[in-house]
Amino acid sequence: MSHQIIQDRREFLKASIMAFGGAIMLPSCLRNYTPFLFFTADEALLLTAICEQIIPADENGPGATQAGVIYYIDKQLYEVFTWEQDKYRLGLTAINESSLELFSANFDMLPTDKQLLFLKKMEGNELPDSYWKDNSASGFFRTIIQHTMQGFYGPPRHGGNKNYISYKMINLDYPYVVGRNLYE
Amino acid sequence: MSNKHVKAIIIGAGAGGGCIAKELAGAGFSVVLLERGGWPVYDEYINDELISQRTQVLRPAFGPDPEKNPRVFIHPDGTRQVTNSLSGAIHHHIAACVGSGTVSYGAMAWRFMPEDFKMRSTYGEVPGAALEDWPISYNELEPFYQQAEWELGVAGDDSENPYAPPRKKPYPMPAFEQNVDGELLSAAARRLGLHPFPIPMLRNSVPYLNRPACIRNRTCVGYQCPVDAKNGTQNTVIPVAMSTGNCEVRTHCQVAEILSSENGKVKGVRYFDENNREQTQTADLVVVAGSASETARLLLNSKTRLFPNGLGNNYDLVGRFFQGHAYTGAFGLFDYEVKTYTGPGATFGLCDFNHHVEGMIGGGLLANEFNRMPYLFSQTRPPGAARWGKEHKAFQAKNFKKMAELHGPIQEMPMYENRVTVDDTVRDFWGIPVAAITGQRHPLDHENCKYLSARAEEILKEAGAIQTWQSVGGRGSVGGFQHQCGTTRMGNDPKTSVTDKYGRVHDIDNLFIADGSLMVTGGGFNPVLTINALGFWVGKNIVERM
Ligand SMILES: Cc1cc2nc3c(=O)[nH]c(=O)nc-3n(C[C@H](O)[C@H](O)[C@H](O)COP(=O)(O)OP(=O)(O)OC[C@H]3O[C@@H](n4cnc5c(N)ncnc54)[C@H](O)[C@@H]3O)c2cc1C
Repeated sequence: MSHQIIQDRREFLKASIMAFGGAIMLPSCLRNYTPFLFFTADEALLLTAICEQIIPADENGPGATQAGVIYYIDKQLYEVFTWEQDKYRLGLTAINESSLELFSANFDMLPTDKQLLFLKKMEGNELPDSYWKDNSASGFFRTIIQHTMQGFYGPPRHGGNKNYISYKMINLDYPYVVGRNLYE
Repeated sequence: MSNKHVKAIIIGAGAGGGCIAKELAGAGFSVVLLERGGWPVYDEYINDELISQRTQVLRPAFGPDPEKNPRVFIHPDGTRQVTNSLSGAIHHHIAACVGSGTVSYGAMAWRFMPEDFKMRSTYGEVPGAALEDWPISYNELEPFYQQAEWELGVAGDDSENPYAPPRKKPYPMPAFEQNVDGELLSAAARRLGLHPFPIPMLRNSVPYLNRPACIRNRTCVGYQCPVDAKNGTQNTVIPVAMSTGNCEVRTHCQVAEILSSENGKVKGVRYFDENNREQTQTADLVVVAGSASETARLLLNSKTRLFPNGLGNNYDLVGRFFQGHAYTGAFGLFDYEVKTYTGPGATFGLCDFNHHVEGMIGGGLLANEFNRMPYLFSQTRPPGAARWGKEHKAFQAKNFKKMAELHGPIQEMPMYENRVTVDDTVRDFWGIPVAAITGQRHPLDHENCKYLSARAEEILKEAGAIQTWQSVGGRGSVGGFQHQCGTTRMGNDPKTSVTDKYGRVHDIDNLFIADGSLMVTGGGFNPVLTINALGFWVGKNIVERM
């Protein structure tokens, strides 16, 4: 994968996650504004890249990025899963550090095959121990998988599954109109 | 300001509490029904998979509030984990609102079989298990099953179930139809010589008692019904109790303690009202119906001179024999669509493996399952299948409507060591010591599950599934959770049971239990109709005796 394509993907991720926050044109006083409640822009970019590997865009339809999964996780970490905040903050840092050590680049800058290789290592707890003293790599990965699934397959009102993207994929009729669906 | 003295206080407006409220109020007793939750409001959580009583990811839609109601789970190595209602099954909660689990349940309305009341005399002693006979028989409870079926409303037809317990009156409503997977799997079961039949449901197949018929809402189990066609205590017996003018339902009232007089009788309760103010309510008699875990907690938190370890607990039995069900079954993938996602999804059951199986103690029913909505489906995969990535997504895209399953609640062996205690060091929002739950299953549970999962898989294969796999339950920690029962066992001997056969706590004339706590054994069936029947049974006996 050429450097150009990687840059494009990063731009694409950036554009997509910003677009859903509706925060493209900003007055200068809000330059540091991000559409997120919990994540920094860099954290969001990194997590978006991970989620996109967990549910990638492919011939079956759009993936986690386009479904806005990052907004689901961000919102729930802020409102509900507050006890997971540290796990994410430390874990995302540890992912970047591990990625720099193993592949000399930030995770979201890696090509797909390297990202997958990295995540398989993470799943198997095979990332450099020194960065995972307070957090289990595989445990954190399992948490991200679960949250990604919730954001992608759960109802849109919680921030993900934008426009019922996943319902469309599985051919579950939507929006759900009580008493009407399947009876027309 | 003091509350007016009443004849009876009932704690908990769930399955048992709702039924006994109607029984007592209907007989002219003045009743205060205290419920820690509020009235369920449909519009708050509409068809939301992540806020339902089934998945409970962001919130249990019908309580208890995760912030105010911690508990403790004690692991086998002694570690104490503080849990809340977002921690999953390990928190062992049902719900907390008027109606409790009966608002959002799947509404399967099973009667136990006669053997379920006589586990000890049917099977003898099982090492390590505390099997006992109930002090009442199926025949004694039969009229109360019937009352529950007619007063709450059950649709069913058991004429094709050769193992159906005897009944004096048919169901009040005709049975529901089969869905596509129900049709397919029940035909396969029949070819294997089994006896499938429509699941009896606490749901209106036709308009009944002034409420409409079911619209097959796809999000049924875990949710409140949008047209009120699912019958819980909140829309049947509790409104009837209120309409007598004798029953006041006080919501958002957390009972902290049962108060006693010097003579050993109880005289009322201390509770926190909706504004978290401490209140006292007195009564001639008190009925506890807080669910197996909370009922035990309340008794243990109510200590007196005569009962220094908690009411009814002089033989260290309150909270013991905590149990639920082991769930087991199998999945099958078809090469065509077998799921329509019309609600609720579960349509047929079979009782061929409840008792009468050579070498098996107890056993359980099998039924096709309630709809798995997309998130829950994403957590369901054959062994070895990808848990994330392109392959995981492809499975979801391809198989969402092609997967059928058969599962069932398997009778758990009751265990002396499996129990609810109270942890003084962990307090809830109101400062009340919380329930601490501990227990591991008996090895037999897993053996029974293996047997039933294998049978379920055979049926799926016979139905033409192109891939099948078993999900075998019955291992690890105690069942409890949504089917919890057994913490104040009824019996004839005060040394081996907490209440007598009428639900009266031994040695306390005016304290009664009327919920799942009374159950001696859990049966191989979802428990609610039995709990409703027990509520009516205890109620009728109070009316006759007090
Ligand atoms: C999603 C789901 C699906 C289910 N499906 C089925 C099914 O298909 N078939 C079936 O048979 N069963 C089903 N069940 C189980 C069924 O709902 C329970 O078995 C039943 O409700 C238990 O009855 P109970 O009276 O013992 O306790 P509950 O019904 O839980 O009632 C206890 C009530 O007491 C209140 N309470 C407790 N402590 C206090 C206190 N200190 N002060 C004030 N109030 C208090 C609680 O808030 C609660 O409302 C299901 C349950 C759930 C959650």
